[in-house]
Amino acid sequence: MSPEAPGADNAPLLVLDGVTKSFGAVAALRGVHLALHPGEAHALVGENGAGKSTLVKTLAGAHTPDTGRMALDGRPLELRGPADARAAGIAVIYQEPTLFPDLSVAENIFMGRQPLRGLRRIDTTAMNRDAERLFERLGVRIDPTRPARGLSIADQQLVEIAKALSFDARILVMDEPTAALSGVEVERLFGVARSLCERGAAVLFISHRFDEVFDLCQRITVLRDGAWVSTDRTADLTVDEVVRRMVGRDVSSLYPKQDAPVRGTLLEVSGLSRAGVFSDVSFTVRGGEIVALAGLVGAGRSEVARAVFGVDRYDAGEVRVAGRPLPPGSPRRAIAAGLALVPEDRRQQGLVMELSVERNATLARRRALSRLGLLIGGAERAEAQRWTRRLQVKASRLTAPVGTLSGGNQQKVVLAKWLATEPRILIIDEPTRGIDVGTKAEVHRLLSELANEGLAILMISSELPEVLGMADRVLVMHEGRVVRELSRAEADETSVMLAATGQGATA
Amino acid sequence: MSLTDTGTPHRRTGNPPTGAGRHRRGLTERLLAVRELSLLLALGALILVTTLRNDRFLSGQSVKDLLLGCAILVILAVGQTLVIVTRNVDLSVGSILGLVAFATGSLFLAAPGTPWPVAVLLGVALGAGCGAVNGGLIAVAKVPALVITLGTLYAFRGIDYYWASGRQINAADMPRSFLRLGNQTVLGVPLLFLAAVVVVAVVGYYLRSYRSGRELYAIGSEPAAARLSGIPVGRRVFAVFVANGALAGLAGVLYAARFGTLDAAAGTGLELQVVAAAVVGGVAIFGGSGSAYGAALGAVLLTTIGSSLAVLRIDPFWQQAVVGALILAAIGLDRLLALRMAARLRGRSAHGA
Repeated sequence: MSPEAPGADNAPLLVLDGVTKSFGAVAALRGVHLALHPGEAHALVGENGAGKSTLVKTLAGAHTPDTGRMALDGRPLELRGPADARAAGIAVIYQEPTLFPDLSVAENIFMGRQPLRGLRRIDTTAMNRDAERLFERLGVRIDPTRPARGLSIADQQLVEIAKALSFDARILVMDEPTAALSGVEVERLFGVARSLCERGAAVLFISHRFDEVFDLCQRITVLRDGAWVSTDRTADLTVDEVVRRMVGRDVSSLYPKQDAPVRGTLLEVSGLSRAGVFSDVSFTVRGGEIVALAGLVGAGRSEVARAVFGVDRYDAGEVRVAGRPLPPGSPRRAIAAGLALVPEDRRQQGLVMELSVERNATLARRRALSRLGLLIGGAERAEAQRWTRRLQVKASRLTAPVGTLSGGNQQKVVLAKWLATEPRILIIDEPTRGIDVGTKAEVHRLLSELANEGLAILMISSELPEVLGMADRVLVMHEGRVVRELSRAEADETSVMLAATGQGATA
Repeated sequence: MSLTDTGTPHRRTGNPPTGAGRHRRGLTERLLAVRELSLLLALGALILVTTLRNDRFLSGQSVKDLLLGCAILVILAVGQTLVIVTRNVDLSVGSILGLVAFATGSLFLAAPGTPWPVAVLLGVALGAGCGAVNGGLIAVAKVPALVITLGTLYAFRGIDYYWASGRQINAADMPRSFLRLGNQTVLGVPLLFLAAVVVVAVVGYYLRSYRSGRELYAIGSEPAAARLSGIPVGRRVFAVFVANGALAGLAGVLYAARFGTLDAAAGTGLELQVVAAAVVGGVAIFGGSGSAYGAALGAVLLTTIGSSLAVLRIDPFWQQAVVGALILAAIGLDRLLALRMAARLRGRSAHGA
């Protein structure tokens, strides 16, 4: 079956044929085919570790394929580096923004391509003006002269998009650009992508959000374990079919929370307040229970979690663990009391990217694993093996740096790290953000198992199906307050969304 | 100080001009200006206090000595800025300076008739060669510059000692025309200091206004992102070490012209002063920010402290302590500015969506 199978009505702009790429013993890409047609948005979907990011980096010129060929306009294309890809008109928006925090936003956009005036000097005025125009086109307001440091993830993503736009790219590659964007911003981004398509560009769109994929793209290519599975017109596919091809099996239920016997109250939070962030937050979590903290981004959910765990201070209120008060502001005491926090931003808060998988997995347990202050290699390895095996972490070896793993596997290592502390209470922030369907289901099954074993789980999630599927109770936050508590039976999309947007009765 | 653009129409957007209204500069540059201004203030306060205690501090001869004294450190600090901005460091500059200074003396011993411009060119070339050794080793070995240049610090110094084998070269061995470089003045300003000003201006302007200059900041700010945006990181870092070596070579020639008496120990320990000057001048040790102007001001400040403590009859022991305190104060100030900046930026992060 050829990649252009579904009725090639126009000649493809960019073709990848039989591209393979291995890192050591791990084959990341195994004979991948891809044909991008001018004027079309093409979706690339697959589980984490399916090779999407490797493919993106290959298109960006950051990886050179081991075998296979690429062609642009029918002519062979060889990319020796990112500069070559740029010259070929390929712009890439990476999953993780790649900005220079010390430089101004405008410089970030135009690095290496700044407008010049006499004597090849940079024309700063023109550069800032051009940046402003790009932002106008995107309909956002970001001061081009401010440093990139301190931009929110969404704003960073918008700067990346402006950068890609500034190329007048013929091929725009977007690796999960919408993960951090709000609905309005996503719409705007799609507007830009569509107008690029109308001008004859090709768009490669990578996302785990199927509604967006089906909304934007004309074709969908599925990858599995680094190999090409299928390419079809979107019209010929359904979400179920795509998911089946991605995981290679039928996904019976994505959210398999089983009913667990509810035990005694383990976590009790009363009247927790922090000026300007959240106020009067009270709730309890019992063993065997999964309580979801739902709400819009910015409602203060992560902040509550951080305060409970002792990372941030709070002004008033009390946290009790199994009836005993937990002193504020000390994550060490929190860990000792049996709390574990799996943070939202695993790259920055959960993992040390340069360290090996086993080091990361045992990072929170250094004390227990050491004898006389020395870490014993054997003990560390055995512990790491136990948890990475249970969580089915896919790594070439346990000594590989965590940074080389796919997003889903990184998340599993974070989980392994905290589960190794044998916590009684697990606080998990966005457990499946940026994770593929298959790993998602695994994480959910795991959380369900943990609850079954008597753990109290507080789950923060922005994905409604996840909240509704996993939670025994749903606490809805709105502007720093818990406005509603819903039982599993009461909670549905409407009731949660109404409360989260501040409508409906308060609790 | 930084050059101000002239004649450009002010923009309608952006923030309202603060202070004296001359600001159409962006936020990023303003932060840098604040940093340089604080250095100037510190320098001004230091000179004021010292002059109040001893009015001869601002006499013609004393100022001339001060300018002469800081010129070499300024040149080295500016070169070091190029390196530190890319998140590297070069500890071998003191040894390069010593080696080039001795080589210059030896050149005049062997060929007394050599015109001084040739000596300068050869010195710069030898320095650049040493820098190329640094840059090449870093590129090939993929070992942090700190370790490589710590090695070449001893290696270059070792070559110097081997070559000198205990000899000393005196002013009498060098032509008058060359020695004049070291103490001649133009309108009362030492030539040496003018050379340093030219270096500061050229490097400062290059770093601010040229694409490759900005790429150095990009490399230091986020090396992985720099690679992904197609910046030839390896080539730029190599070039930076060559340029820094060349400037250390220039400093070595000027050192020979100024002091006349040369042995293998010239410039020993200078590297830490140089790094200190750059850090005090606001060049972030982790790369990505700082300016040549700031580093130069840092060098002037450190030199001035040295002479003002002497004028104030303070034990030289305290000089080291003061330099240490100054470095800590500079880092503290940077941190404070960064925190205030972060708070301000958070405030405006909310964009119209």
